[in-house]
Amino acid sequence: MEIFGVLAGEAPYLFKGLLITIELLIGLLSVGLIGGLFLAVLEVYGGTVASKIAMLIQRGLRAVPALVLLFLSYYALDFPPLVTSILALGLRSSAYQSQIFRGAIQSIKSGQMMAARSMGMTRIQGIWHVVIPQAIRLAIGPWSNEFASETKDTSLAYVVGVVEIMRRSRYIISYTYGNALLIYGIVALVYLILTRTGNAFLYWLEDRLWVPGFERRS
Amino acid sequence: MSELIEFFQLAWEIGPRLLDGTVVTLELTAICISSGFIIGLALSLGRVYGNKLVYGVTTTFVELVRGTPLLVQLFIIYYGLPDVGILLNPLLAAGIALGINTSAYQAEYFRGAIQSVSAGQMTAARSIGMTRFGAIKSIILPQALRLAIPSWSNELIYMLKYTSLAFTVGAPELMAKAKIIAARNFRYLEVFIIVAFIYIIIVTGFTKVLDIVEERVKIPGLESGK
Repeated sequence: MEIFGVLAGEAPYLFKGLLITIELLIGLLSVGLIGGLFLAVLEVYGGTVASKIAMLIQRGLRAVPALVLLFLSYYALDFPPLVTSILALGLRSSAYQSQIFRGAIQSIKSGQMMAARSMGMTRIQGIWHVVIPQAIRLAIGPWSNEFASETKDTSLAYVVGVVEIMRRSRYIISYTYGNALLIYGIVALVYLILTRTGNAFLYWLEDRLWVPGFERRS
Repeated sequence: MSELIEFFQLAWEIGPRLLDGTVVTLELTAICISSGFIIGLALSLGRVYGNKLVYGVTTTFVELVRGTPLLVQLFIIYYGLPDVGILLNPLLAAGIALGINTSAYQAEYFRGAIQSVSAGQMTAARSIGMTRFGAIKSIILPQALRLAIPSWSNELIYMLKYTSLAFTVGAPELMAKAKIIAARNFRYLEVFIIVAFIYIIIVTGFTKVLDIVEERVKIPGLESGK
């Protein structure tokens, strides 16, 4: 029973780990968002060469396990583990997100682009001002799946030394001798809450951004 | 240029040793995906056709397993179970953890597929006197499983990549072998680049094979699509 006392004392320590996890998550999702949008636009609107290159890049990034990417960036770059993890997991996420955005962009009726061009917009202006605002709203649903997936993958950063919640719980287990089941159970609960909260926020966001009159993704 | 030659020399030297690891990786994938298939199918049937209690239990299980990281599940099984007296070797623990994890995801894919088969099928089957179980076995599942092939192949590829996590508990698969070799030669970056290539080759190969399988078993007119 004293384990609960120890845990209560260690709660701030674990909480700091949670903050690092969240920092990692926001970092990698942002890298993934920008990279994913870029790759998606390239794949849909690029010429034959550019779209083929974009396709190869995302196929390659998706074929490699997250752990391998983490190690690759850890040993290739001279940055602290948190930064290399954000880069590695962010790149991988951008490959997955590019597929989400590509699907959303391709669901926008081509008439939208035609109308934009006929008003004198360049292709880029059409993409930025007309297609992407609509595509992003369609993408929120699948994107919340990606969000849940990435939240869980942040636990992998533990193997390259990021001192997030997994590593901190290891420390606690190592000096309380044998309460691994309980502590990892609590860690699992923390991830569950994190995922649920994020998803709830994304549902709310989807509600808020929904434009009346436009098709809602079920 | 000389670095490139050194790189290929290294690849040539360590290839065979990495091959042992690759075999273990493939074995682990095969074991967990097949046990996951059986458990996942059972779970999905429980979620679609079960009574309130069965539905509650299976849904809770699926939500818990899908909502928590694989790494945490692996650690609970490998480091946590000894607390209650169950000691497992790394490979077995990894197989069980991966199997449980994939069964929850597969349960969701199968549930979606089963629910896509039109309700009229079950009604028709019952009206000619089939039992529920008979109808599920002979009518619904053959259609549902074909509809589930794209998501299932996706899951297979995912599992192939997630076996790399088994290295954190010491299972002798590809990542573990790679780390040992890299540490011995101090050539971490090159070794992991080679490992990345191995994974790309395996994943691409599996994807192509699965595409062919999907073509062969599909029923014209009954494709999954919107």
